[in-house]
This record gives sequence, C-alpha cells and structure tokens, in this order.
Amino acid sequence: MTKAALSPVGVALPAAAPVLRAEPGPIRAFWTRLTARRSAMLGLVIVVALILMAVFADWIAPYDPIATDWGAIRSPPDWAHPFGTDEVGHDVLSRIVFGARASLGAGLTSVALAVALGLPFGLIAGYAGGILDMAIMRLTDALLAIPFLILAIALAAFLGPSLTNAMVAIGLSATSTFVRLTRAQVQAVAAEEFVEAARAVGNPPWRIALRHIVPNIVPAILVQATLTIAAAIIAEASLSFLGLGQQPPEPSWGSMLNVAKNFLELAPWMAIWPGAAIFLAVLAFNLLGDGLRDALDPRQRT
Amino acid sequence: MRPEPSDAYPLLSVRNLSKHYPLRTWWGGKGSVFRAVEDVSFDIRPGETLGLVGESGSGKSTIGRAVTMLNPPSAGTVAFEGTDLAKLDPRAMRRVRARIQMVFQDPYAALNPRMSIGDYVAEPFILHRPGMARAERRDEVEGLLARVGLDPRFARRYPHQFSGGQRQRICIARAIALKPSFIVADEPIAALDVSIQAQVVNLLQDLQDELGISYLFISHDLRMVRYLCQRVAVLWHGRIVELADADSLYDDPRHPYTRRLLGAVPVPNPVAERARLRDAARMPAVDPETIGALVEVAPGHWVAGDPHP
Amino acid sequence: MAETSAKTLLEVRDLGVAFDSEGGAVHAVNGVSYTLAEGETLGIVGESGSGKSVHVLAMLGLIPRPPGRITGGQVLFEGRDLLNLPERDLRKVRGGQIGFVFQDPMSSLNPGMTVAAQIVEPLRIHLGLDAQAARARAKDLLDLVRIPNASARLDQYPHEFSGGQRQRVMIAIGLSCRPKLLIADEATTALDVTVQAEIIALVQDLKREIGMAIIWITHDLGVVAGIADTVQVMYAGRILERGPVDDIFADPRSAYTLGLLRSLPDLSRGRAGRRRLHQIEGAPPDMRTPPPGDPFAARNAYATARCLTEPPPLAQAPGAAPGHLVAAWYDLPARLAEEGAAR
Repeated sequence: MTKAALSPVGVALPAAAPVLRAEPGPIRAFWTRLTARRSAMLGLVIVVALILMAVFADWIAPYDPIATDWGAIRSPPDWAHPFGTDEVGHDVLSRIVFGARASLGAGLTSVALAVALGLPFGLIAGYAGGILDMAIMRLTDALLAIPFLILAIALAAFLGPSLTNAMVAIGLSATSTFVRLTRAQVQAVAAEEFVEAARAVGNPPWRIALRHIVPNIVPAILVQATLTIAAAIIAEASLSFLGLGQQPPEPSWGSMLNVAKNFLELAPWMAIWPGAAIFLAVLAFNLLGDGLRDALDPRQRT
Repeated sequence: MRPEPSDAYPLLSVRNLSKHYPLRTWWGGKGSVFRAVEDVSFDIRPGETLGLVGESGSGKSTIGRAVTMLNPPSAGTVAFEGTDLAKLDPRAMRRVRARIQMVFQDPYAALNPRMSIGDYVAEPFILHRPGMARAERRDEVEGLLARVGLDPRFARRYPHQFSGGQRQRICIARAIALKPSFIVADEPIAALDVSIQAQVVNLLQDLQDELGISYLFISHDLRMVRYLCQRVAVLWHGRIVELADADSLYDDPRHPYTRRLLGAVPVPNPVAERARLRDAARMPAVDPETIGALVEVAPGHWVAGDPHP
Repeated sequence: MAETSAKTLLEVRDLGVAFDSEGGAVHAVNGVSYTLAEGETLGIVGESGSGKSVHVLAMLGLIPRPPGRITGGQVLFEGRDLLNLPERDLRKVRGGQIGFVFQDPMSSLNPGMTVAAQIVEPLRIHLGLDAQAARARAKDLLDLVRIPNASARLDQYPHEFSGGQRQRVMIAIGLSCRPKLLIADEATTALDVTVQAEIIALVQDLKREIGMAIIWITHDLGVVAGIADTVQVMYAGRILERGPVDDIFADPRSAYTLGLLRSLPDLSRGRAGRRRLHQIEGAPPDMRTPPPGDPFAARNAYATARCLTEPPPLAQAPGAAPGHLVAAWYDLPARLAEEGAAR
C-alpha cells in the first residue's frame, strides 16, 4: 500500500469522509411524506380554510351574526341569505362563519391546555418514577374511568355556563389522555441508548428530559393533539347544545343546533348547515391526524 | 509505536466489584440474587488499554457500566484518579464525567435522532465549560469533527444521514471533546462492517497516542483485542478467570476456559483453519463451578483457581 | 473439495434485485451469476449492502414485494427457474429441497409453539408424514443436531433453549426434509465464538452424513476459510472475486479481498512486531446511485481510469488457478510486485 493511501484518519480526511447521502433534513422528509398522502392533504386544506374563515370572519360574513332581520324569519336559502335565516332572523351563513371561532377556538385552546398540563405531569411520571409516578397515574386512571364527554359536561356545569368555562372543562377532561401518552412515550425513549449516552456525558436529569427526551416524543403528542381537537370540537358543540358553552346570541355551531331542533320540519336548513360544519371540521382534523401519524411513524420508512 | 505504559500509579483501580440483581419470585416476593458480576478487581494504568473479553452474559458490559456509574455496582470500590466514584453524590459524579467518557456499541442507537451532530458534539462543552463563547464552541466542534475524519460542514446534519462508521466517529468526537483521561469503549466495533472496523480501531489508537487516553476496551473480538490491548482480562460467568499481559495471555493461556475461547477463534487461512476445526472439536468443556480465586502464576499473569490442572 | 465433474445443482444467471424507496430505487443486486455443484460448499463473503443475503432471499421468493423487485435474471435449481415458479411450487422447494437457517434463531422460531410443532410442520407439508411418524422423525432430527434428551425437549418452547441450541433447532428444521441445498445466512453471527465453533463442527458432520450442498453467507473470512470449497466475495451487489478457497486466500486478485484479508489483525502476532492496522478507506457506495464502473474503485488505491467508468466483467484471473474469477481491470499481482520493487 502506498503512503498516500494509508494517510492516517483525521490528518487528511476526504477519503474517510465520503460524500454524504443526499437526503433531505428531517422536517423536509416529513413534509414530503405528508404531502404524498392525499387524504391528509385534504384534511390540511379544510383545516386551513376553516381557520382562515374564523380569523377573517368579519370580512367573509355577509351580515352581522347577531343582527336580527325581522323581515326575514326562518326564510329558506335564497340570494340574500344563501344558508337561510333562523327563528329570529339571524343570517345562518354569517353565524356558521363566526361559529367557527367558537368551535375551532374551543378545539385548539382546550387541547393546548390539555397538552400544557399533560406533558409536564406525564414527563414527571415517566422519567422520575416512584411515588410521584404512582400518584399521578392513579389520579389519571380515575379520570380515565369517566367517559370524556360526561366529565366535560360535569365540569362545565360545575364551572358555570360560558364558552371559556367550556374550554377549561374540555381541556381538563382531555388532560389524562396526554399524561398517559406522554408517560408511555417517555418510558420508551428513556430506554434508548442515546439517553444513556446523555447521562454518560454528564447531563443533569432536567436537561436529559428537556433536550433529549421531549424532542423525541413531540411527534406522538402532535398526532394525538390533532385527533383530540376533533373530539374537542364535538365536545364544545355538545356543551353549547346543552347550553353550557357559548351563550346566545353569540353564535356557535352547537347552540345553533340546539335552537334548530325545535324547527326541524319547518326550517331544516337551520340544522343542516351547523351539522355539516361540525362534520367537516371533525373529519378534517381526523384525516390530518391520521396522515400525521403515518408521516411521522419511523416504522413506515424504508 | 508509543512506549509501553509505565508502572505509574493506576488511573483506575477497581476492587471487589460485584453487581447483583434481586430475582423476584412469581408472586413478587424476594427470591435469590442473580450475580451478574462477582468480586472483580483490576487496574488500568495511564495511557494503557485493558481488554475485557468474554461471551454474552459474562458480565463484561455490566462492568463497563458499573465503573462509569451508569449502573453503579452493588459492592466494591471504583477508584478513579484517587476518588471512589461509588461514594460521590450525583452532582459531583457529573463533574467527573468530564474526565471519564463512554463509547457505545450501537452507533445507530447512541445518537439522538432529533439533535444535529454539531449540537451533539458540542454538548460536553455546554455542560462542563459553561463560560465558553458560542463561536469558540463552534470552532472546537469543527476541530473535533475534522480530528475524527469527518467534514466539519456536516455539523448541521442529523444522524440518519450518516453511515454506521461515520456515526461511531461522531460518538468518538463527543467522547474526546474534553480530553478525558479514560474512555470505556463497550463493543465499539461490533456493529460495524469489517472494512470499517479497522478505521475505527486505528482512530482509537491514534487518539491514545496523541492524548494519552486510557481505554477499557470491552469486546468479544479476540483478534482485535490482541491487536489493541496491552493487558487482557478474560471474563466468564461474572468473574475474571485470567488477567495478564496480552502477549502472555494469547501465547500461554493458562485457564482452560481461556484456551477454549482462543481455540474457537476462526483463522483466515484455509489450511490453518481446517486444522483448527479438527482440534477444536476435541476441546474439553469447562465447568463454571470451578472458578477459584486469582493466583499470580508468573509476574503479572493471574489465573483463577488451580493453574495446573 | 468439489469435483469439477459434479452435477450442477443451482445456476444463478444475471440476477438483479432492486428496492423502491422514497429516495429512489436501491439497486441491491446487479447481474450476479454463478453455479453451485451438488455437494459443494460455497462461502459467500460480504458486508452489509453487498447483496449477499438479499440475492438468496430473492431466489427463494422471500423478499417483500413491493418494495422489492426482481429486475432480471434466472435462478435454475435442478433445471427449473425458481423465479418463474408459481408460489405453490416454490413453497415446496423452500423448506423441502432447499433448507435455510437465518441469523437470529430467536426471531425465526415462533415463541408460542413448542419445538416439536415447529419441526413437525415442514415434515407434514413437504413429506406428507402422519402425526406420529413426523414426531418420531422430529426426535431423530434433534438427535442429529446433538440436542441431548431429545424426546423430552420436543415439548419445550424456544425460550427454554439456549441461543446455540435454538440455532441447532433451526438447523434441524432446515435439514428436516433432507434438502439438497442448505442455505445458512449469517447463521453463527449472533452466537458466541465457542458456540459458533460447535455449530460449524455440527454442520460439517452433517454434511458428511447427508451430503447436501451448502451456501454459507457470512462477513467473517475466518469462518469461510475452514468450511468452504469455493469462496465468493461480494460488494455493492456484485461478485468481485470467486474461486477455490485456498487460491482466494493465498492469491487474492481483487483489491477488496486483499484489503479485507489485510485488515484482520493476526491472532498469533504479539505487540512487539505490530504494524498499524491496514484500513480500507471510505465507505461502500450509495446503492441508489451506484457508480458507473467498478463499485470498489473509489476506495481502491490500485484503480485505473477504466475502473471508474466501465464495470469489469467477472472472468478467469490470468495466471491464477482454473475457476479463480475476478472482476477487475487492474492486475493486482503486477501492481503488488511494482510496489514491492519500489520499496
């Protein structure tokens, strides 16, 4: 062997450092996988459209959603009111547009609350273990024994009827799911060798948790959060339907259904549009959540 | 080639190290204990490589994780640079980790998939040199990557973009970041392809020559251990059965298990290997119940039990 | 030693396998051709990504499709093309005339079934034995692979066996239908070196008793040296060198084979006369974009300009023993002689 070919590693590096595989970064790779899934993209497009609708409701809605038009009560869809009007002359289309604020706002806010509470408790339970784990998990088990919607209704009734209280009630009811998921994920990641390597280099426990474990459980939390938003939208609609959420005359899809139930035969459009809106929003978040799961699951990669 | 290490005061001195795991009975009560490692003692001198060989379940990885306190021993002392690590509180132990590092077997599992390799290699500086400026840290990381034979421009890439050999270089770059005096290398080449193993072994050797690092080289690759190690300990059922200078251990194995182990290594030479296969079949099995205390049969050559059966 | 006049058992012709992935097709096997005689032991050496395992799985119809895909070629086993065989007929060959043993005995055995059930299964499928006869045969097989107290151990589950014993059970299953060919894919890699020695000794004994041909796939040149008649070195989905075992080790003609042999430290050499370990620089090519020429050229100090542009054919090495084939544009012995003279 010639001297040149045997140049010691590190002195002349190119031979030992071959061309890096031309692979995209993790985020770009994830995006490629997500966009390849048609149903996920459909979900994403609908979600984005609904969010834009909620944000720019003032510009989109043709009427003030709480303005009453006594000249057009329960009028069927026509050019002036494409979705019709309700029993006090509200424009249904405008209420659907503004109702997205209540529905999406409740979905996003309550899930944000659930993650904000569930992640740290799950992290403590999963990483610290011992008595804390026991206490947190028994409480979580107790909460999980009560059906999600029943718990949300009970909490909302306890807190008093308002949209904010409904969001808190839904968020608290969903927290136990995130505690449990976080704990299971943390335990799985903590058993990986890179966590041991992090200890070997002298990381204190809090830094291992935040720098090494949390970034690796974010995908699973993200998927669960997206799917839970769908459930939270239904919960908000249910609470509003029962009068525990958005208070009249402010619009919400659930409270619109509540009123509409009295006029199902006389004015079916009052029920059809909010029902369709709830259906579309829930479907979109579920499609997006399933797509995210597929795109983030490393087992799917070849 | 560098001079052989002197008989200086040992860098690491392990005495009567044991690791026991309680075995639970089926109803959860206390049962007997599983003795993964039992009464193991050895020294590692500055600049020396001690090979720890043994088969699966012999306890060799347990020892590696016990001397680094990643999985502290049940009994015994681990004196590193004069301090008994087993007695340190977690905060003090974390400070010692600047001087003791570890290289793991599986370079695929040892890297955090969501951390860029630049951040990964920079971590020792963040933890142990908190005052270091960001720019200085970046320069250090680039220097380290170059030192282990990687392009410094790779710092912003993520682990999945690297091959196994490159990943092990990244792990080594992080391990040498703070110029430690001691590295435990637990099967560092076992997961690598044959054509890559020599690259990593040569790198470890170069770093020792340059920085004077001592290694505990844990491996089942008896050929590589002979090449890299000054002294070798043979582990069997959690005990050392033979500990000697590498040359005397390979040329004159005394314990029947050492003989059996060495006799089982395939030789890349057809004539010799066919002859070895004929002889190996006649090798007697050894009874682990007969492991005795270590006896010095020649200067520095220790054998468990009766050295002349 | 294989006799040159022996009947051909297996002939692989220009086999190609690719896997479709998000980053493009991975060309795992590229134009592999060789023959195996009855009773011959062929050692296939290569590292991960060399195609050594994939090409064998492909010929047995065991690669998942998709993403796997056979891009061309034929695999003639006793004159029949396995690649065109209907799945039903292929199943009869697989586990029947061709037995195989894989690397990990734990994941190859079903943990929820007794060992007896797993040995009996192929006997009933392939040989049509009734339950009693199959069980008697299973006991004979455990005796054959030297598992003591066979009749009692038949009703145990895989976790009650040690790693070496599980691999013995796998070999028993592989041999259950008296195959003409046994394929062992890294069969001893996961085992301890002393257990590996026992398994190799066992396979050699069984070969003397049964006389099957063997394809032994491994990354360990030492293992191949002792048991193979013919050695075939694979790299990046191609055969770089092939020939009688003694010639391959004594007179390697591929720079890759030479590099592998030189990179192994010598168990009998002390520290005193120690040289720096020979290392093959670089890493294997990305098989999504295989290099146009000799796949080893980028890591080869002896490569010529032609190596980079044109793949060399596998042909008789000039001046070497008959049947010693190499795929190289460079003349390794001449280059080594020049180097020796220059020094």
